[in-house]
Formats: sequence, C-alpha cells, structure tokens
Amino acid sequence: MGLLSDPVRRRAIARFILRLNTPLCVLSYVAGIAWFLALVFPPLTQRTYMSENAMGSTMVEEQFVGGDRARNFARDFAAHRRKSGSLPVAWLERSMRSVGLEVYTQSFYRKLPFPDETHERYMVSGTNVYGILRAPRAASTESLVLTVPCGPDSTNSQAVGLLLALAAHFRGQIYWAKDIIFLVTEHDLLGTEAWLEAYHDINVTGIQSSPLQGRAGAIQAAVALELSSDVVTSLDVTVEGLNGQLPNLDLLNLFQTFCQKGGLLCTLQGKLQPQDWTSLEGPLQGLQTLLLMVLRQASGRPHGPHGLFLRYRVEALTLRGINSFRQYKYDLVAVGKALEGMFRKLNHLLERLHQSFFFYLLPALSRFVSIGLYMPAAGFLLLVLGLKISSTLILSTHLWPASNPFNSNPIQCLVGVLDLVHALELWMQLHEAGGNPEEAGKAPGPGSPPLAPQGVGLASLMAPLLISQAMGLALYVLPVLGQHIAAQHFPVAEAEAVVLTLLAIYVAGLALPHNTHRVVSSQVPDRGWMALKLVALIYLALQLGCIALTNFSLGFLLAATMVPAAALTKPHGPRPLYAALLVVTSPAVTLLGSLFLWRELQEVPLSLAEGWQLFLTALAQGVLEHYTYGALLFPILALGLYPCWLLFWNVLFWK
Amino acid sequence: MAAAMSLAVLLLLLVGPGCWGHAEHPRDSLREELVITPLPSGDVAATFQFRTRWDSDLQREGDTDHYFLRYAVLPREVVCTENLTPWKKLLPCSSKAGLSVLLKADRLFHTSYHSQAVHIRPICRNAQCTSISWELRQTLSVVFDAFITGQGKKDWSLFRMFSRTLTEACPLASQSLVYVDITGFSQDNGTLEVSPAPSSTYQDVILGTWKTYAVYDLFDTAMINNSRSLNIQLKWKRPPDTEALPVPFLHAQRYVSGYGLQKGELSTLLYNSHPYRAFPVLLLDAVPWYLRLYVHTLTITSKGKENKPSYIHYQPAQDRQQPHLLEMLIQLPANSVTKVSIQFERALLKWTEYTPDPNHGFYVSPSVLSALVPSVVAAKPVDWEGSPLFNTLFPVSDGSSYFVRLYTEPLLVNLPTPDFSMPYNVICLTCTVVAVCYGSFYNLLTRTFHIEEPKSGGLAKRLANLIRRARGVPPL
Repeated sequence: MGLLSDPVRRRAIARFILRLNTPLCVLSYVAGIAWFLALVFPPLTQRTYMSENAMGSTMVEEQFVGGDRARNFARDFAAHRRKSGSLPVAWLERSMRSVGLEVYTQSFYRKLPFPDETHERYMVSGTNVYGILRAPRAASTESLVLTVPCGPDSTNSQAVGLLLALAAHFRGQIYWAKDIIFLVTEHDLLGTEAWLEAYHDINVTGIQSSPLQGRAGAIQAAVALELSSDVVTSLDVTVEGLNGQLPNLDLLNLFQTFCQKGGLLCTLQGKLQPQDWTSLEGPLQGLQTLLLMVLRQASGRPHGPHGLFLRYRVEALTLRGINSFRQYKYDLVAVGKALEGMFRKLNHLLERLHQSFFFYLLPALSRFVSIGLYMPAAGFLLLVLGLKISSTLILSTHLWPASNPFNSNPIQCLVGVLDLVHALELWMQLHEAGGNPEEAGKAPGPGSPPLAPQGVGLASLMAPLLISQAMGLALYVLPVLGQHIAAQHFPVAEAEAVVLTLLAIYVAGLALPHNTHRVVSSQVPDRGWMALKLVALIYLALQLGCIALTNFSLGFLLAATMVPAAALTKPHGPRPLYAALLVVTSPAVTLLGSLFLWRELQEVPLSLAEGWQLFLTALAQGVLEHYTYGALLFPILALGLYPCWLLFWNVLFWK
Repeated sequence: MAAAMSLAVLLLLLVGPGCWGHAEHPRDSLREELVITPLPSGDVAATFQFRTRWDSDLQREGDTDHYFLRYAVLPREVVCTENLTPWKKLLPCSSKAGLSVLLKADRLFHTSYHSQAVHIRPICRNAQCTSISWELRQTLSVVFDAFITGQGKKDWSLFRMFSRTLTEACPLASQSLVYVDITGFSQDNGTLEVSPAPSSTYQDVILGTWKTYAVYDLFDTAMINNSRSLNIQLKWKRPPDTEALPVPFLHAQRYVSGYGLQKGELSTLLYNSHPYRAFPVLLLDAVPWYLRLYVHTLTITSKGKENKPSYIHYQPAQDRQQPHLLEMLIQLPANSVTKVSIQFERALLKWTEYTPDPNHGFYVSPSVLSALVPSVVAAKPVDWEGSPLFNTLFPVSDGSSYFVRLYTEPLLVNLPTPDFSMPYNVICLTCTVVAVCYGSFYNLLTRTFHIEEPKSGGLAKRLANLIRRARGVPPL
C-alpha cells in the first residue's frame, strides 16, 4: 500500500492506466473468457472426492428386493389416479399406513398472480400426503426426506410405487437413527413449497395451507425422485436449486459412488460422462455440460423439487429416471438399491453435510471446479469495469478546473479496489464545486474547456437516475398489476397480457433519452455524460460483483455480455454500432440468446419462431416463479440491471 | 404413542415428602411387577416396575426447602446398554431370578421405544411422619414393534419378546406379579386370547378408563411348576383394526420454525382432545442461553383467540451461567389446539464454546407438561399399598382426574458456526486483512496529501540550509 501513498509512483501508474486503458481492458476481458473456457481442463477441474467421514465408504449391503411390490403399487396408484383425476389421497394414506408409517395430509391453496399457461393452472388447490417412519428409540430430532412430486398428468407413478416399496423395506429395519419422511406432493413444486413452508411454520410466498400435524425435527437431507417407467436406462441428477443455490458436493458424491457401485448409468444435464480427460475430446464434452450447468444455474429456477429445500439449508438433489432407446436397462430394484444405499449413508451422518464444497461447477459427474478456481473468470471481467471506472474518473477530473488543493487526487484512484471509495470522493467534489461556483471559476485548468460551474451537480444526474429506476419499478410492478386492464382493452389472455406489457415497458425504456433531455438541460456536454457513465459503471460493477458472489453463473453470463457494451458506450463515434451492441447485450436479449444456446447444447436446436415462443414462456415463468417460489431473477433484472442498462443507453444518446 | 416421547435420561430427585403411606405398614423389601399392554396397532408395550424400600438412619430434617430444588436435563443423551447394566445392578436379585431375567439388552434395545427411570424418595413410616424410610423405584418401559421384532406377525409371547421365559420368582421379593391388559378384548367376542389361564383378574380405573388385567403370580406354585417355565402368550383371534388409533386426551408437539441462522421461533402445540372438558396445564420450558428469547413475542393462541395464561414465571438467562426458565399455567379449552410460540435470536458463541460437532446443532431440552387430565370414569382414591405399582404412575387426585407429566421432543437448533476446518488459515487471513488493508485504507482516506517539490541543488543546497538554520534564517 506504500505504492499508493507515494505520489510519484501513483502518477506513473495513473499515466500507465490512462495510456494503456483500451489494451488492458481487452486483455482483461479476453483473459476472463479464456479462464472460463479453461475451467474444463484438468489442472483446473479436479476429481471429486468424499469429504464427509461418516459417508466414507460404500460398505452397505443393499437388501432391497421389492421390485414387484413397487410395480404393483405403481399400477394401483396409476389406476386410482385415473379414476379420481387427482392425487388419490385416501389410497395413498391407506397404503402408507399399511406399510407401517405414521400418515398425515396437508391441503393447500394458491391463487397464482396470473394463469400459468405451461402448466394450465390458475387457482390451485391440492393435498400433500406424507408418512413418517419413526426411528426406533430416537427422539425425532433429525430426519431425512424422500419426496415424489406428482404433476397434473399421471407421470411419476413408478416413483410413487418405488417410494412405497422402499418405505415398506425401510420400516422393517432397525438401524435407523433419523426419522424418514416419505412425501408425495400434488402440483409438483407448488405442493413441495406449501409443505416446506408449513413444516417450517412460515409464510414466504403467500400460499395458504393447513398446518402440519406431524413433524420429525430438523431435516438433514432430501432426495427427490422422478420416474415414469418400470425400467430406466440412466439416472439423471439435478443439483441447481432456487436462485442458483447448490447442495453440498458430498451429496452428489454419495449419489455418484452408489451409481458406480450398482453399475448404474448416471448422467449430468443429460450428458454422459467423458472418459478421456487427457485428450481434447473429454474437456470439450465437459465444456458442454459445464455451459448447460451455468445456464441452468443462472436461470435461478428450482430445477426440481430439491431446489426448494435448499432455502432451508436442507441438502437436496433430484434424481430423474430416463428411459431412452439404449439397450441396457435397469429395473426398479437397481434404482431402489441405490436409494437405499444413499439413505443408509445419510442415516450415518453425525453432523449436517458441511465438509465439502457449496460453490462449485460441474463439467462432469466425477469432476468439479471449486470456487477458488472459477472466481478469477468473473474477476477478470469485472476488472474491465474497474479499469474503465478509473480512466473515466481520471479523465473527468482532468476536465475539472484545478480548483482543489489535491492535484494528485485523480491519480490516486488507480487500483481497482480503491475505485469505489474514490468515486465517492469525486462525488463529494462535484457536489462541493456545485456549491462554490466562484471558487471553481477562479482558476480554470490548463487545457480544459470553459465550463459552466454548476454544470454537473448531483441534481442533473438525479433525473436520468430516477427516471431509469422508475422504469425498472414499472417493469417490476405494472405487468402483474395491470393484467386485467390490459386483458379488457386488448384481445389477449391475462398471461399473454403480462408478457406483452413486460415487453412493451421494456421497449418503451429505449425512448428514455429523449424524455430525459426535456427534463435535463445539460450545459456541460462532456462532463455530463462522463459523470453519468461513471455512475452507471459503478452501479453495474457493484451489482455484478454482488451477483457473482451469490450466483456465479448469473454474474458471469451478465458480465460477459454487458461489460463490453458498457465499456464502449459513449455519445461520440459510430453511434448506431454502439446502439446495436447495447441492444444485443441488454438483459432480455441475453435471455433470448441463452435459450438458443441452451437448446443448442442439448442438441435440440430451435427455429426462430420456436425460440420466440420459448422466450415468451420463459418470461411468464420467470415472473410466476418470483411470485410462487421467491425466485430473485425477475426482480434483479427489473429493479437492478435494466435501470443500469438504461443509464448506458442514456449515455449513448447524450446530447 | 401419539404423544411425543422423550428419551432423555432424566434424574428426578424428589426431595419432597412422599407421605402417601398412611399408617405403619410392613416395610417390604422388594415388590416387582410387569405390565404387558397389547396395543391396537399390533405393538406390545411392556413396563417393568421394581420397588425397594429400606429403613435408614439418614433422616429428613424439616420441610422441603424449595431453594434446593433442582431441575436438569441432558437432551442429547440416548439411553443405551451402558445405562441398563448399572441400573440392573441396583435390583436385589440382579438379573438372576424373578422378572429381571427378562432384562436382556439385545432384546430390550431391539424395540421402538425405550424408557428407563430411577426414582428415589423418602416415605413416612407413620401418620405423624416422625421417621422415614427410603423408597427406590425403578421402571423400565419398552414398546415392541410388530413390524420390526414381530416380523409382521402380531402374536406375542414372553419368549418372543425377551427371548427368555420366567422360571421362578425372586426369593427376596414379597410380591412378583405379571399383569396383562385384556380390556376390551375379553368383553366383546374375544379378539385376544391369553394363555396360560391367569390366576386371577384385576380391574381398576387407569388413565381415566376401566381396565381389566389378567394377573399371574409368580409365587403361585401352580403357575410355574407345571412346565418349569412360564411363557405368557397373546394371540389375536381377529387382526386388530389399525385404522383407528386411540388419541390420548393430552398430547403435545414442539418444533423450531423459521429458516436462516439469525432468528427463529420455538413453537409448542398442546392438544386437548377431550370432547367437553377444559383443563389447565403447567408448561415448564428451560431454554439454553444461546437462544436469546424475546419474551414480548410470547403468544398463546387457542382456537384463533389469545389465551392469557393465569400464571407466568420467567427467569431470564445469564450468558454462560443460567438458562431461561419459563413456567406458565395455561387453560386448554375443550377439543382444541393451543399454540405457544416465542421468538428467539441465535447467539454467536465464542469459538472455544462450540461442541466438537458444531454442525450437528445444539439441543434444546423438551418442555415439560404437567396436567390433571379429566377421567372418563370416576375413580375412587385407592389404598396405595394395596394396589399395583403401576397404578401410582398416574396418581389420581380426587377421582375425577389423573395426573400426567409429558415431555415433548427435544429440539435441534443450528447456531451460526464458523468454518472450523481451517482455523489456522482463517486466523492468518483475517489478521493480515485487518493489519495490512484496513490500516492503509484508513490512512489513505484520512490523510491529506501535498506534493513535495523534488529536491534540487543536492548537497550544496543542503549545506547552505544547514548554515542558514545555524544563523536562524529561514531555509531556501
């Protein structure tokens, strides 16, 4: 830090940064992207390993043989379900009781903010059924959960069958130290959310539900199961949860060890494991899986019922049985044995899962990238913003008359970390100078343009800031609030109205600069946009930094798209080009692009029309998930990044 | 079974007067009995009771001083074999003869419920209570699970339960009895069959309802001598109806609500399932200090309305010294659920105060509910000495109600826990960050900087300045 207190060296660094700003930015950006791509190569990816001592070996003799029983249960369940048209609650209660569980039900009701067209539901009422296997001689302080979500159609009946057969098998064993809750939820995730909120006796999302009659202490881990056929070719595991939360890596390791032990074919993101990591092929295949994971994590949706458990610090994952056209198939016994093994190992846990990583990326099931290794990628991208902020600061303060005694002051703001502090300091100066015009006018700096003293105070920046923030607020509030009005005046359904209002407000924001300029009469052309850009850059850097810390994938995706445009934007030069770049990198277009990339990586490419349809669905789902599960992507984009992006748009069209 | 059952090892040292014995009675050395209760679910509960009395010179002085009353719980402790062995050694016949031959650890710990207790108290020898004797009462209750131990079958025998049969009474005992609950089974068309035929039957009001017991006396020579061993068998003639499990009038449930590591709420649900009688309950909560209770958030609601407790005693915690103590007398309306909830904040412990397994969570001891539960059938107060020992488990006060003490489940609460896996790294990093960064940042932010003109002139100028200073003239 002596480096910073020495004015001579400070000045040298400032000059260096100012002169080499563009190459440094380009270098930093390229380094960030390259680092991210390099994550799949062996020195950066490591083999996964089990950290938790209690789950160390797989020395468990699985004894589950209830394959026929599971199939019978599944058949009965499917039949009863077809007959009643909804979850056969009475049958489930009876079956659970017959295998010796303590059975309870919970009814819930939720009116969605607007009709959900993908799942065809609006006013949802359902019943969850759960049975508790009490561990002998224990005091019900800890429990594990096996959950099966049941959607509106009659999929997942095999999972219910397996759940009941496993319950029957588990009930006959004496080694349980933790209670096991067997949970069947109706309306898939809505039911899970209702049950979880009732279990923890809170109300986060405004769902109405009956209180739970039976509880089993603190839930330690949960496994969600989705199976729709009697045989499976592979088991796909999903880890991405609500707001990009991930379960402890040890839970995934546990699943993987039992996959290996039982010889099951296990996949991640629907992709097989690459075998050869020494050549180029393995890492390239890993890169696809990694990108898929980044896209799914960035979406912040719960990709399975497990995602909702993570909020309550319950480590959870979802297993999906896939039945494709492969030749080798496994029956329910194999899946049941893997689950039995996992539950017996989880039963051994002495503490909550905490030993292994909570932040990781997975290029394959047996490889991971730890947080220490992937963070530099986001760091390099954010460094671009840091460099831009310092250069803008230096430039805009050079434009400033040398009225202050701190001649060396602009030079101080060099190293990225210090930027924010000094930006604040600059603010103070701008503000002070606005108040003391005569002092500012006394000594015009050499080479600076003649300035109107009270050019850029806080006040002139307040207008664009407030207007863009108000646009964000409108984007957040209006679509859902005004859906009925929109549906009355236009021939659209409520759900469409929400999406279209969303898009309309979003696009209307692009007209903002013209509106602003009527409000703001900017007398100081250059310093005005610089100050605005400075604020926008700091705002963006702060937001991206915070997002990258909590949800790396989202932070990285947004940084990779928004940073170049944000760095380039200025009201001179090829404006149409900049405008096009800004539009392409705006949050909504990033979402659209991500959808295309996602389907491309899944090897089901989209046509343009399909892509647009999917985009509209994604928008509606994003808003719905915010209201029903508390997903944060929609408010982050609407209240944070969209206004920030509008500021850059404003800078671009500054007159 | 519906009531939450705590398995905490509980040592209740009752210093209070146990003046239930009226007149001078024969001070028998040992009475032992076993009560077998077949449950409608197919499970079987077995309760052993052993009572030893002796005279001693250790006499009680004066009345009970409540200042010396102590209450302690170890919520984490689970009863296991090492608790059973010393417990058995307190029995006069150890496990050599009498009912105690059935106490084999491998079977007793193959059950779904296990509870073991030791009570010791002084007993007045006469009505004036001029001298006392001491009573040691040991009870052990287990519930055999039809699913696990019965391999799905619901017929039971002593051999099946304990892998032993009774061969003789303990020679030191004055009474050695086995009771089998045959209430409801003997009356209507016999769903349950007990063999061999009991020596007698016994009827009484237990837990507010009429109960009929088949009694086997081990001192009855005919009972054992026929086959050299007594193996009592229960056979269900018709499989019991598992759907309708009877619900006790009073049961309770406790849980922690909320998520995250900052705040939470302790909730206790008290169920009164009596159709028309309300009754008061004394709720005692001892909460460790590291859950900082907010007493103003204490809410008690039943049937959607606020329920004001008629008595509250609250003793706030002192950090690292004393837990919170909250005692309330709450009236439970008939057929209602009463929710008692209080919010808390989780304290940050000192790093040496964490247990070796901090991520397991910290236990909060169960709440204790004491209540006089109304009976269905009026019972007359009985002669305590004449009636079986199990009768005194739920003492009847005035005939219309019986006393019940319930323990809710203990709770497991996670406290904010530092990452202990790399303390050295953490300490080093924190110290470095604080020392290097904070200091310099603070310095940079508070200091004002002036540019010092580069020195020109070098040695000559410095020399000149030295001379000027010596002359008292301002330097160049």
